[in-house]
Amino acid sequence: MDTMTLEQRKKIHPHKYSLWIAMGSITMMFIGFTSAYIVKRSQANWLAFELPHIFWISTAVILTSSLTIHLALKQFRERNMQRYKQLITLTAFLGVAFAACQWIGFSQLKSVGLPLNGPVSASFIYVIVGVHMLHVLGGVVALLIMFGRAYRTRVRTYSAVPIEVAATYWHFVDVLWIYLLIFLSIAR
Amino acid sequence: MSNEATLHSQQEVMHGAHDHHDHEHHHEDSFISKYVFSMDHKMIAKQFLITGIVWAIIGAFFSVLFRLQLGFPDATFPWLESILGHWAKGGRITAEAYYALVTMHGTILVFFVLTAGLSGTFSNLLIPLQVGARDMASPFMNCLSYWFFFLASLVMMASLFVQTGPASGGWTMYPPLSALGDASIGSKIGVDLWLTSMALFVVSQLLGGLNYISTLLNMRTKGMAMTKMPLTIWSFFFTAVLGVLSFPVLLSGFILLLMDRHAGTSFYLSDIFIAGKALANEGGSAILYQHLFWFLGHPEVYIIILPAMGMVSEVLAVSSRKPIFGYLAMIGSLFAICILAFLVWAHHMFVTGLNPFLGAFFVLLTLLIAVPSAIKVFNWITTIWKGNINFTPASLFSIGFVSTFISGGLTGIWLGNSSIDIHLHDTMFVIAHFHIVMGVSAFFGMFAGIYHWFPKMYGRFMNQTIGYIHFWVTMIGAYLIFWPMHYEGMAGMPRRYYDVSGWASFKQFGGLNEFITIVVILVFAVQLLFVFNFFYSIFKGRKLTTQNPWNATTLEWTTPIHAGHGNWPGEIPEVYRWAYDYSKDGRDFIPQTEPIGPNESAH
Repeated sequence: MDTMTLEQRKKIHPHKYSLWIAMGSITMMFIGFTSAYIVKRSQANWLAFELPHIFWISTAVILTSSLTIHLALKQFRERNMQRYKQLITLTAFLGVAFAACQWIGFSQLKSVGLPLNGPVSASFIYVIVGVHMLHVLGGVVALLIMFGRAYRTRVRTYSAVPIEVAATYWHFVDVLWIYLLIFLSIAR
Repeated sequence: MSNEATLHSQQEVMHGAHDHHDHEHHHEDSFISKYVFSMDHKMIAKQFLITGIVWAIIGAFFSVLFRLQLGFPDATFPWLESILGHWAKGGRITAEAYYALVTMHGTILVFFVLTAGLSGTFSNLLIPLQVGARDMASPFMNCLSYWFFFLASLVMMASLFVQTGPASGGWTMYPPLSALGDASIGSKIGVDLWLTSMALFVVSQLLGGLNYISTLLNMRTKGMAMTKMPLTIWSFFFTAVLGVLSFPVLLSGFILLLMDRHAGTSFYLSDIFIAGKALANEGGSAILYQHLFWFLGHPEVYIIILPAMGMVSEVLAVSSRKPIFGYLAMIGSLFAICILAFLVWAHHMFVTGLNPFLGAFFVLLTLLIAVPSAIKVFNWITTIWKGNINFTPASLFSIGFVSTFISGGLTGIWLGNSSIDIHLHDTMFVIAHFHIVMGVSAFFGMFAGIYHWFPKMYGRFMNQTIGYIHFWVTMIGAYLIFWPMHYEGMAGMPRRYYDVSGWASFKQFGGLNEFITIVVILVFAVQLLFVFNFFYSIFKGRKLTTQNPWNATTLEWTTPIHAGHGNWPGEIPEVYRWAYDYSKDGRDFIPQTEPIGPNESAH
């Protein structure tokens, strides 16, 4: 690792760099969805409705999880491994809770007569929120891997890069959700 | 997805980092880790290239098959029935098979050959070698990128063999035809496999693109300022940026299409009757798909052509022993094309009922692309102007590229005008335009790249004589095939039609269509000759005796003839000058690694 760092000239860690580009890419995907939404909204037969209230709870959940992963990163840097493990576990748990809230939101939509194959304005909610949910779950999988690494006894990692990458991604899906929530609330 | 991959590759990225002694211990790679799940960018490049060649043969063979139908609509070919079975009953391709062949020809050539096969090969091969890096930013993600492409290939290949046949609604996969399984036989499971394959393909492209960008922005050797990079690298950079920003939007469009097919949603469907029965879908818009598709689709044509442009710039400078003319203008025009690529997609949709007022803006932006394109053409011509040209197969193909890019580009100005497009839309004129400017040109760039960098890939040369035959037959053949199509298109002959001999106004082209088909067969045969040359030369070609066979200035020729993983056995060389110091101060060429002399002025 050290050889590489000395030999290879690089300014930011390549993984962090890749992550930023990947985030740009994911953003483009959601820009695709939301612009499709705008185009569709301006056409006839657009049905406006209230978003499920549980989406506000899920927002609180994901905001909290951003805080916990931030603290986890801080604990890792201070080599407070016990606290670190607890915090990433909590973060992963909150991620799953967020996904569960979204899922409940879907069933609430369905119960008020807005199923997936109903009006196109509802279908958009399912697809946009669903694809975002998959990205959050992807983050959970990453955290589980980090969790496994933290329990390895033979190989110890001192590099903060993986947790930094995970934390940046986690904040990203958080911000992305805030954007989507504001977008879906305003552009109804 | 990519996030987890990033995390995984934490260890793998350092694979090339062992110092020299260590490296030799590690070099006893197994067959699997060396040739199959390789993490060496050079091997991954070869994997992309060979997979691309296999796809190119299949895709081109499909065009031979449907050209037989277009050229000889009344004839029967009993051998067709023996390879296509009931898809060519009695030796004549059925209408369904014809549409499937056309669709697959487009999909395979656009995505699998000219995107993955072209930028996948050369971005992988050249980015680390020309910027001076041991390997990609994440070799593991790079390996994953190839295997996602391979998986996409398998799924697409499988779709050719299902009972109802592959997707056959055109390579653009427009709904409602593609969204409704009952609409046609080619809209059944073939479309699902097509969408699955393309989703895997998008993942592959994103993993690759992330890597290309972070490698070339982040891991350049000492002294390699951005303005000292060869134009190949600049073109790969803009290609990757286009891909990373536009493929996700295509994926969004595909996800919505998949929901329409299976979840009963109505994103693209509204007021549709099938067999006299009204469907429940309401409120959708088929045009929405076209917006999402062409938001990728237009950048996609630049994803195809930019790498070719970069390689042609490099090959022309090397083979005419002159610095590239207007290096900064070349970068500026690449950048301008990259920006404009995102702002012109609706010119594919002039006849969909697009607001004519909006259309006017898209006409203006489309015609603006002529400016950077013309700058590039001017610079290529001035680069070879009065040069001492070595007419290698690579340089011939590069010159051929400039020719086809001009003649295909000029017809783009016609099609970019929304009023002329009303007449020419969906005619053979469009086929002629995009095949010359994007298909043939990109292939010429790819051939130039293969002939030029083959010695770097395999340590041997390709046979020159076969190369010359390949070039001249392809060059003349390409014009003979596509030039007449302009006339057919101007007379209104539609594209995609199974049989146009029923119309008196198109019947006059019967002889011309036969002629085109015969040339297609000839040109296809010569491409097989190229493939033979390629594989024969890997094993039996003339061996390379010097590191730098073309006397080029760039870094890839400072590596050993058979470079191991890590590229340079010792330290990575430092760079002092730009890549185009040819015929300077009475010297034929000065490598980038040579410091600037005391009496010498930097470029």
